[in-house]
Amino acid sequence: MLTPALTRIIALIVKEFLALLKDPKSRSVLIGPPFIQLIVFGYAATFELKDIPYAVYNEDRGAISRTLEAAFAGAPTFRRVATLSSEEEMAPLIDSRKVLLVIHIGQRFSDHLLSGGNSPVEAPMQVIIDGRNSNTAMVAMNYVRSIVDQFNRQWMRERGQAGMPAYLESRAWFNPNLESRWFFVPGIIGMLALITTILVTAMTVAREREQGTFDQLLVTPLRPAEILLGKTLPGFLIGMVQGTVILLIVTLWFKVPLLGSLPALYCGLALFLLSGVGVGLLISSLAVTQQQGLLGAFLFVVPAITLSGFATPIANMPPIVQAITRIDPLRYFMVILRKVFLEGAGFDVLAHQFWPMALIGTTALALASWLFRHRMY
Amino acid sequence: MPGRLAGSLNMPDSEPPILVVDRLTKSFAAGKQRIQALDDVSFAVAPGVITGLIGPDGAGKTTLMRLAAGLLVPDCGTVTALGLDATRNSLAVQAALGYMPQRFGLYEDLTAQENLDLYADLQGVPKESRKDRYAELMHMTGLQPFVDRLAGRMSGGMKQKLGLACTLVRPPRLLLLDEPTVGVDPVSRRELWAIVNRLVAESGMSLLLSTAYLDEAERCQDVILLHEGKVLDRGPPARMSARMDGRAWSVLAPTRSLRALQMTLTGTPGVVDALVQGEQVRIVTTASGFPEDLACRPEMAGNTITPVAPRFEDVFVDMLRSRTENPQHPRLRPTARIEGDHAPRDEAPVVIKVNELVRKFGDFRAVDGVSFDVRRGEIFGLLGANGAGKSTTFRMLCGLLPASSGHLEIAGHDLRHAAATARERIGYMSQKFSQYTNLSVGQNLDFFASAYGLAGKRHREQLEWAEEEFDLGRYRNQLAGDLPLGYKQRLAMACALMHGPDILFLDEPTSGVDPLARREFWQRINALALAGVTVLVTTHFMEEAEYCDRLVIMAAGRILNMGDPATIKAAARSPEHPQPSMEDAFIKLVENAP
Repeated sequence: MLTPALTRIIALIVKEFLALLKDPKSRSVLIGPPFIQLIVFGYAATFELKDIPYAVYNEDRGAISRTLEAAFAGAPTFRRVATLSSEEEMAPLIDSRKVLLVIHIGQRFSDHLLSGGNSPVEAPMQVIIDGRNSNTAMVAMNYVRSIVDQFNRQWMRERGQAGMPAYLESRAWFNPNLESRWFFVPGIIGMLALITTILVTAMTVAREREQGTFDQLLVTPLRPAEILLGKTLPGFLIGMVQGTVILLIVTLWFKVPLLGSLPALYCGLALFLLSGVGVGLLISSLAVTQQQGLLGAFLFVVPAITLSGFATPIANMPPIVQAITRIDPLRYFMVILRKVFLEGAGFDVLAHQFWPMALIGTTALALASWLFRHRMY
Repeated sequence: MPGRLAGSLNMPDSEPPILVVDRLTKSFAAGKQRIQALDDVSFAVAPGVITGLIGPDGAGKTTLMRLAAGLLVPDCGTVTALGLDATRNSLAVQAALGYMPQRFGLYEDLTAQENLDLYADLQGVPKESRKDRYAELMHMTGLQPFVDRLAGRMSGGMKQKLGLACTLVRPPRLLLLDEPTVGVDPVSRRELWAIVNRLVAESGMSLLLSTAYLDEAERCQDVILLHEGKVLDRGPPARMSARMDGRAWSVLAPTRSLRALQMTLTGTPGVVDALVQGEQVRIVTTASGFPEDLACRPEMAGNTITPVAPRFEDVFVDMLRSRTENPQHPRLRPTARIEGDHAPRDEAPVVIKVNELVRKFGDFRAVDGVSFDVRRGEIFGLLGANGAGKSTTFRMLCGLLPASSGHLEIAGHDLRHAAATARERIGYMSQKFSQYTNLSVGQNLDFFASAYGLAGKRHREQLEWAEEEFDLGRYRNQLAGDLPLGYKQRLAMACALMHGPDILFLDEPTSGVDPLARREFWQRINALALAGVTVLVTTHFMEEAEYCDRLVIMAAGRILNMGDPATIKAAARSPEHPQPSMEDAFIKLVENAP
């Protein structure tokens, strides 16, 4: 036999689920955006450049410069879109973003190389690159450098010279091929779980206020804490289900290796959802209309993602911003996700990420429950 | 075309009508259904008079107004305003007529004067003629002392008057007013009508005015009675009520409970309508002359029966009753929990105790020291205009708003300490439909039953009771939001009553519903009161106040008067008003308030 309080809470939870799942609009919020974001981040968000359009302005015409040209032509990431015959043609191509970079080989490139015989030679070549997106420019420059390096080494080998005195032999741990997908995709679990729970919970009380049903709810014997619980659990459960579905897609479809402890990951997810639901309900108890709820949700979600280290490392942020990231629950969950996925971490390593989320969650929920009681007009 | 229509309407004047509506049909999509807002409506509005468009909420009044103003496109049919087709020449029509929608677009952060200037600019009123026009309008509306007040700080009545002034900055030949008196206190309502009458008399303006208040029909020269998108009747209101001559009676029963008498009479063959009105029961019979067999019934013995003048509402009720083939009278079975073992009212225990209740919002005292007691089984009314503090009082009583100071006791529980326990004992029904519109009727009932902690057998029993009592079984799987208006109200009431509350709180429960639904509603309330349920109701319907056992009249957060309807009315008796109505009493109290 259920106690009356339990009967009431279960009734509220069932009602919340019915209201959420019966309404085509809120149903699509639960399914549409997460799926789209997963596709967008899984395929589109990547630091790698897979197709670099470039142009060649070769004033040299010698066989050696042809070899160098061929090295670029053979690289799968480079795509030659133009061959220039004058310097004036460069600017329009870069301005209009038709090419990312132009490789300029001077008239005396072959001469320089051949003049030295077996002694070390210097033959400069120029790369002009579109620096508007500094990140892309830097990545592209690295690719160019490695092609030129290779060209150098081959040149020396063919001439029986010793190799370069010191050169880098890099091995990337945790992500041998440095696939940026491995870095991004686990983070998506946290980002999407945050967006969904905040949206679901931030709208829930505001919607009832707007439609006048909140008064009807408040005159029932449901106590504020029971209402809070009834409103918390659906968002929490939906976040859990969605997190699991995305987790499956990440591991089975995107093939990101999950090396660490699954229970630790779920424990992190649960604590993270608790803090997300808490913040969502806090927003909801402040908002009078759904519009305000939605606005509040975005005011929280956008900085929360930016400050979480999802795309840019927290260590690079100014100290004061770094301090602010400490109240961002996504920051902690992001660490958990990456550590569990790529480093194979378990509970022992992650304890310092667990308790801040628990603290944020309980504080937000306590505040929300206080506001329920004191914002009744 | 207009000529032919006007002829067929037997217009007394030779002047052509100023607005002609011909076979107008308009429907809207609402979810999966289509709602027929207007169904083949035709009429003509004569120039230089006030024509009333009368009907309950959902009758199609606003749709008609918007079509006439060229703001909507009809499905079929035409509207000709001032000789122009309102659909095709909508811009020309809008330039020539004045239209005041139900919620007029006043800018709350601007003063009255700034609002006027804005509308003068929008309407292109030349600067040099503004001064005279403003003076005229301010004099007419009596807003002169308030020109510098922010519109947001004005009372409902003042806002309506300012809205009217803004609509009139450039005098139109035809003025459309959509429910100008809704939510306005009786004093302002009287003033608004005076303004409107003067407009028509002095400037020869033509007016189409919509209202859900049936008593306002009698103030119009011509009336179009609209119900569910169809024209039920049209003509001068006096001619319509003339059909009811000799059919309205007042029954004085000194020895009996009026409420019990009314309940017996309702549904008796030969009786169209029976209402408690003050110290008498007012009945309307199906034919002229008091029926013999009715006069011989035992409960009528010793009663004094006198004929009274018919009212416009009688016409509407009679018409609606004859339209519904199978008039439904609710079976008045009390809820399972309530037994009819009530003591005489004066000795019944006090269940609501309010002492020196105060609620402040900042410096503003919305409720300022209100005290009253309500006894078990009483129907207790809170009467007052918008902003009088009745809603704030009501919300504090329901536990929706904490009191700033004072003592509040509901069913023996102090609301400060045992709010949740007290809430188990109350039922609540708000003015706005506040069940979950995207859940089905069954899911709503189920949720509210569980929210009140009903479980197991009692849960099942109460669901069955609600479905049967309120005839909701056949709508079980329909979304609550798609229910017809009357059934929405039934659902709200079922949800409020399912747990068998001792006290029922009703906030403006019948505003806008048609008179039959209102009667059905009050019959249920009466039955509940007889079974010992205490009912607390807020209303701005003066007539509804008559159904209460006792009531308080509130203004500016204070109680002006308290007592039973007869006493309150008697206090307003004067040589000019030997038989004051509740509205007269209210106006007198408010005017004499310090």
